[in-house]
Amino acid sequence: MMKPTEEIVISGFGGQGVLLAGKLLCIAAMRGGRHVSHIPSYGAEMRGGTANCSVVISDEPVASPVVEHPGVVIALNEPSVAKFEPKMRPGGLLIWNSSLVKTPPTRQDLQIVDLDATGISLEEGTERGANMAALGALIALREGFLSLEALDEALDEAVSARNRERNPVNRRILRAGYSAASAA
Amino acid sequence: MSKKTVLMKGNEALAEAALIAGCRHYFAYPITPQNEIPAYMAKRMPELGGVFLQAESELAAINMVMGAAAGGARTMTSSSSPGMALKQEGISYISGAELPCVLVNVMRGGPGLGGIAGAQGDYFQATRGGGNGDYRNIVLAPGNAQELADFTVDAFDLADEYRIPVMILADGFLGQMSEAVVLPEPTGKTFEKDWALTGAKDRNKRLVASLRLAEGSLEAHNLHLQKKYDSITQALRRFETYKTDDADYVLVAYGTSARISRQAVDRLREAGVKAGLFRPTSLWPFPDKELHELARKAKRILTVEMSLGQMVEDVRLAVEGRCPVEFHGRAGGALPALDDVIETVMRFEREEVTHVHAS
Amino acid sequence: MYMRPESLENVRTHYCAGCGHGIIHKLLAECLDELEIRQNTILVAPVGCAVLAYKYINVDGLEAAHGRAPAVATGLKRARPENIVISYQGDGDLLAIGAGETLHTANRGENLTVIFVNNAIYGMTGGQMAPTTLEGQKTLTSPYGRNAAEVGFPIRACEMLDTLEAPAYIERTSVHNPGAVRKTKKAIRKALEYQISGAGYSFVEVLSMCPTNWGVDPVTGASWVKDAMIPWFPLKKFRDRPAENAEKEAS
Repeated sequence: MMKPTEEIVISGFGGQGVLLAGKLLCIAAMRGGRHVSHIPSYGAEMRGGTANCSVVISDEPVASPVVEHPGVVIALNEPSVAKFEPKMRPGGLLIWNSSLVKTPPTRQDLQIVDLDATGISLEEGTERGANMAALGALIALREGFLSLEALDEALDEAVSARNRERNPVNRRILRAGYSAASAA
Repeated sequence: MSKKTVLMKGNEALAEAALIAGCRHYFAYPITPQNEIPAYMAKRMPELGGVFLQAESELAAINMVMGAAAGGARTMTSSSSPGMALKQEGISYISGAELPCVLVNVMRGGPGLGGIAGAQGDYFQATRGGGNGDYRNIVLAPGNAQELADFTVDAFDLADEYRIPVMILADGFLGQMSEAVVLPEPTGKTFEKDWALTGAKDRNKRLVASLRLAEGSLEAHNLHLQKKYDSITQALRRFETYKTDDADYVLVAYGTSARISRQAVDRLREAGVKAGLFRPTSLWPFPDKELHELARKAKRILTVEMSLGQMVEDVRLAVEGRCPVEFHGRAGGALPALDDVIETVMRFEREEVTHVHAS
Repeated sequence: MYMRPESLENVRTHYCAGCGHGIIHKLLAECLDELEIRQNTILVAPVGCAVLAYKYINVDGLEAAHGRAPAVATGLKRARPENIVISYQGDGDLLAIGAGETLHTANRGENLTVIFVNNAIYGMTGGQMAPTTLEGQKTLTSPYGRNAAEVGFPIRACEMLDTLEAPAYIERTSVHNPGAVRKTKKAIRKALEYQISGAGYSFVEVLSMCPTNWGVDPVTGASWVKDAMIPWFPLKKFRDRPAENAEKEAS
């Protein structure tokens, strides 16, 4: 049985760990034997305030790595909601960071989930873990997609040895995000 | 998947592969979207006792490559389209002097400064040669991070075997994308370089040059080069076919365009349309005979490019009118849309049916 | 008594009567002999009159594109640090089309030697204006005399490179009379010695004659170097880092 192809955009501002979040999804899915691609927005766009990456996870070889109409969007700041909500495929899942976004998304044909991502992260004493909270929420909301354990392992693989000491914190934030989304 | 599989950015997979192939002399000038290559080399070369040098210009970089190659080193430079345009002078000289080296073009949109998103507008430049004179370079066209690594290792061997520059022609999407990669092993091939400049100790002096002024000597040199190019053309036409055995419609595409075309083939097959993909992995030499054979059985050929029509000229030369050759392209950093490619072939199918009914 | 150095090929050169290249080639060849580095030396030839220098000097030779000799020499030296690498260039090559390569190779302090032959004109192409053509000097492309207001003043290579921190050795000499020739040989020898010892970038500018393109006889050519060129391009040792350092240590 083929799993559906996931076309994901993760977006926020620099420092929110947008690229790392995308990489974690890819590594976890790659270890599960699926085809993956990850491509960041790059160059001049990187200096404009938002950073985003496209992630494709599929049972067949990935065609275009650039996601034009995402089925999943994780929007960690306000400009990200404004930029990607209109581009989403009907029926898609939009997880938005209610700690920072003042203008909530409005589309009726999407599954819209608000997540206090930065707030959840701050409870662990850092504001840099909003990406982890959002990934936890995505795992909770997309049944059969990836497991928390797979992301745990991906964290050790993706993060440099120097930063690995922060992984226990990252894992707690991941789980807090998972719980918050499961409860909602 | 084995544990050796790693998630790697295309540019970095290529850079690591160059190191695996024994490249210890790398010279380049920064330009997007290939900046990960110099950054990677800057970090790794000192660890390996190799040379990374950020040149003052693209011209200096390619000429440093020429110097290192003349000294017998495995050497490489990388750039993107506008930077590659600047390197053409050096590439012509290196070709004339028959030095081996690896060149990487992670293409972006042009003309001029253009943009930074991936494109395929340098096909002519790469396959025809942007510099002066009658010369050819081997041009390899990878389609994913794995091939960026594999083709790069191979490129160093081909360069040494034929004493020719070998170009990896990628694009910004391939360079920037991270995918699963199993890093290749060194091939272990070694090449005697009895032409390299090492100092005339206990032997006659050697000369590496492209200037030939004596009457007839330049033509003789050109004929010699041509003979070499002919033998490469015989030995090295590379391609991959996908579902072409019974294909009515053959898509021809390389690099990122081929990824999209391959998926279009799958969708068309699901819709009952017999489509296939012919993907050249060497652009020079172009696998013309092989494509010609497919064209004899196909109803139509569709070339898909991230340019407004460059490789399509080679496709037409190969097909020699055996069937109509159509074109679909996007330019300036845009990607061919999957739906557009599918719809183009669907239109062929409708037209063929109409044609049959009318006749 | 004239003796042909082993490093000089026994062939007729293509240089014109009164040209300085032949003298400078011989000086270089003598230095290679004396330092016993002929078998270890690779000569990078430029585009310009000296394009065939590798035919006359009995060492491995590499031909560079116009102006790119320092970059080619850089790549070669980085690949073969055990060899002696010499970049032999003229004024158009070094200061016009290759000014960038010249500046940056010097600025990196590459451990190689540049011999710069300055004759204030493009010789190979038949006498066009060079970056070192003097004010008022008539050439094919400055038929009314070089007008500084329009095309700028002649560039002084040594003075420019002397602003950089890295170079080890910079000197300007001349070959217009026997005394000057002897000093030139000393400078070339010193530059090569510094490369051998790994001191870094060494640069010798040699003021030279081009009677053919200046439109004068060889004797007048030699005196023009003295009367017209030297006042603008003073003969001077601009930099001798190893000697300066040795002096500092001694005191």
